[in-house]
Amino acid sequence: MTLTYDDVLARYEPVFGLETHVELGTVSKMFCGCSTEFGAEPNTHTCPVCLGLPGALPVVNETAIESTIKIGLALNCSIAAWSRFARKNYFYPDMPKNYQISQYDEPLCSEGYVDVEVEGTTYRVGIERVHMEEDTGKNTHVGTSGRIHGAEYSLVDFNRAGIPLIEIVTKPVPGAGRLAPEVAKAYVTLLRDLLRTLGVSDVRMEQGSLRCDVNTSLNLPGAEWGTRTETKNVNSLRSVERAVRTEIVRQAELLDQGQRIIQETRHFSETTGDTRPGRSKEEATDYRYFPEPDLVPVAPDAAWIETLRANLPELPAARRARMRDVLGVSADDMQAMTNAGVVDLVGATVEAGAPVAEARNWWMGYLAQKANEREVDAADLGVTPAQVARLVALVADGSLSVTLARQAVDGVLETGADVDAVVAERGLKVVSDTGALETAADEAIAANPDIAEKVRGGKLPAVGALVGAVMKATRGQADAAAVRAILLERLGVTE
Amino acid sequence: MSDLIRLSAADTAAAIARGEASAVEVAQAHLDRISAVDGQVRAFLHVDAEGAIAAAQAVDARRAAGETLLPLAGVPLAMKDVVVTEGLPTTAGSKILEGWRPPYDATITRRIKDAGIVILGKTNMDEFAMGSSTENSAYHPTHNPWDLTRIPGGSSGGSSAAVAAYEAPLSIGTDTGGSIRQPAAVTGIVGHKPTYGAVSRYGLIAFSSSLDQAGPFGRTVLDAALLHEVIAGHDRCDSTSLDLPVAPVVAAAREGATGDLRGVRIGVVRELGGEGYQAGVLQSFAAALDTLRGLGAEIVEVSCPHFEYALAAYYLIAPSECSSNLARFDSVRYGLRVGDDGANSLEDVMSLTREAGFGPEVKRRIIIGTYALSSGYYDAYYGQAQKVRTLIARDFAAAFEQADVLVSPTSPFVAFGIGERVDDPMAMYINDLCTLPASLAGTPAISVPCGLSEGLPVGLQIMAPTLADERCYRVGAAFESAVAPVLASIPELTR
Repeated sequence: MTLTYDDVLARYEPVFGLETHVELGTVSKMFCGCSTEFGAEPNTHTCPVCLGLPGALPVVNETAIESTIKIGLALNCSIAAWSRFARKNYFYPDMPKNYQISQYDEPLCSEGYVDVEVEGTTYRVGIERVHMEEDTGKNTHVGTSGRIHGAEYSLVDFNRAGIPLIEIVTKPVPGAGRLAPEVAKAYVTLLRDLLRTLGVSDVRMEQGSLRCDVNTSLNLPGAEWGTRTETKNVNSLRSVERAVRTEIVRQAELLDQGQRIIQETRHFSETTGDTRPGRSKEEATDYRYFPEPDLVPVAPDAAWIETLRANLPELPAARRARMRDVLGVSADDMQAMTNAGVVDLVGATVEAGAPVAEARNWWMGYLAQKANEREVDAADLGVTPAQVARLVALVADGSLSVTLARQAVDGVLETGADVDAVVAERGLKVVSDTGALETAADEAIAANPDIAEKVRGGKLPAVGALVGAVMKATRGQADAAAVRAILLERLGVTE
Repeated sequence: MSDLIRLSAADTAAAIARGEASAVEVAQAHLDRISAVDGQVRAFLHVDAEGAIAAAQAVDARRAAGETLLPLAGVPLAMKDVVVTEGLPTTAGSKILEGWRPPYDATITRRIKDAGIVILGKTNMDEFAMGSSTENSAYHPTHNPWDLTRIPGGSSGGSSAAVAAYEAPLSIGTDTGGSIRQPAAVTGIVGHKPTYGAVSRYGLIAFSSSLDQAGPFGRTVLDAALLHEVIAGHDRCDSTSLDLPVAPVVAAAREGATGDLRGVRIGVVRELGGEGYQAGVLQSFAAALDTLRGLGAEIVEVSCPHFEYALAAYYLIAPSECSSNLARFDSVRYGLRVGDDGANSLEDVMSLTREAGFGPEVKRRIIIGTYALSSGYYDAYYGQAQKVRTLIARDFAAAFEQADVLVSPTSPFVAFGIGERVDDPMAMYINDLCTLPASLAGTPAISVPCGLSEGLPVGLQIMAPTLADERCYRVGAAFESAVAPVLASIPELTR
């Protein structure tokens, strides 16, 4: 029996919660001076502290504290006047000290919230706590299984050990109904935007700098919340949505069969979208938390907190509302632009004089494609909103065709020069000299007698090849529609 | 025997500065002495003759170049093996670190080297500083130079024996519950536990982080003070290090040596004496009070009612912290590895390594600490013990309203026979009765020789308020000036 998602939601109410780990973008690690740069040779960004050598001691990275407070403020949390680190004790070979310095019952930030909007409805996601901890090293298990059990041998890279992590824990979120997966995804999306806006993390999910654990439970309407499962290893926005959806359906199938849900950790597979059981909470480790005696309490000065609060940048929700007013676009459009990370770019392009539709098309179209090819964010592509606005103006007044405008973008990307300079240097202009076009058309016809014959015989689409030849001859500077008309006229064909 | 080994550290430095002896001659004289007597005393785990001569040559070269030498330049020192020394074996008295050569220097090692002090080698100790007799060394016991059948105290027994046996004029110890003061007492030398945070712990292999503190041993109060000023001072690598000026202990020792204690109120702690203390120890202590009174001090009795809980609190806090601190010894990155035969799992290899690498006392404390921190027991054990610390600190604060310093015997006993107490942990633990309160409160305390009982040294403990280390030295030096030097009656060691 396979239930559909809609079947399930007709009968059950889901509750979800998220624990999100974010790597902060600090230059150095949480407790030592080692670099946090991603992708270095294994074990080159290490020192006695992050290798857990005997005698080494941690010292807190102040920038990490500042970043955490900013995150707490942006999530409407209260910031503790006095907060402590704690040791979380468990043995694992990627943990240099076999304890992780984390926070336990005295987190730096707690009791906040953030509002997310899905399909026109606003959902409030309560924030339980925001705390600091250090990342572990990275194990590579060599062997057929790829897991520690059955591995031939395992390699450990401690470059990641000690990178500052922020854990953001939501309160349980009930009441989202069938939109629970979307609300979960919207929350993580908002979190990502917020972290980027704050400048505290570049949130590169593909590098694992934002990782989610998703808690899900189901209950009958009006009944108490059900037993939750914790799905780990959910590392993309799409996966957050899938993980909630998958777990809702899986739990409903069990409940329908009269089985109980076991409180357990489950692992999410990015490839299949399924979850499979991990260790059950009943055999969970006792972490033996106790206050970290090697560190003094963190007691941020109230005036400092207020300075940070006063200097927070415009946050994504406010900016989105403002931009929606400025741009006058639909919620869906706004969401699409947000997901593509181009809202500000479109806004700035509009401010530079371009119509909204044109600005949107450029940033969501050709420029997004270029950014994708170059594996950079649109904002880092190297084309400014002002340049895009100039291109739009040149197309509007007929100086450039869209094709030529794209060539101009390529030129800007290649040379770093401004639009007008590229246009001038490359001689990009629409050829409107009919005589020149007619000559080029005649040459194309003469060079491709077979195609010309087909067109004359009534196969109109074949004219495309001739148009292409003329466009090539004029280096793309002609108006394709005009060329087509000239060709058809000279071939004596009417549409 | 060369006279060079009989000099105080202060006189040795003066002789080198004046060119009456070269640093190399001094180092060689001590290396010869070690060769001659350490086969009996067994104070050292590792002697670094080559490094010592090289360091001495550097001092001689600086003098030859006309540089003004630092106060202890050229003076040899024995380093407790719990302090990390770059390139020199560092084992903390444990098999689990056998053969480990650290890639870095502890902050105090660096400061000692920068002061031109010549490190002769690493001294024996109870494994991971857990013990009061140095019998818990995984390598061999150390013998008290006063009577080779007796213990030299512990855990810094190698360092105390080396100084008492004239193998080095200075040594470094660490004190978690009395591990500097009790060995000093039973070998007839001076040992000081500084205010917690006065000396950096960076590079001290941690036993109990909230209690561990390194300090000096010397044959005179001034020598200990000179070494104290070398190692003390803020260190940004240790978050618990105090960012305050170093206590003026050398000046205090010189002031005290004038023998004038008029106006000084000395409190006798009622709870540290009486039943359970050896009669000879109590007699020496009573005589010491008379001496202090004779120097002009006013003797008052104070009561510290919570001191009786110190032993129980200590044996929860120290094992709890050590159970976490020692987790890093897992065979993954350094040290011993047992059972890595391709058939055993990682978990098995960790267990087998820890089973083979840790001695019985270390295991006992790891097990006690693991239990005390476990979920459901934390509040009753670790949490309660931390409250006792607060009460003890309040007792000290109240007592220091009535007195400038507090005094007690350092240990209830003189040195006992090797093997006499090894089978009875409680009989061993009560060695620390008098030293534990200052450890738990983080306050400074010194032990100075105060006579003999049955031919064996007795120690006088002088405790001062937090950050007032200079009071220990002033009163200690005054007392020293008024009594016959105890070490003068140490039996001559023969080959």
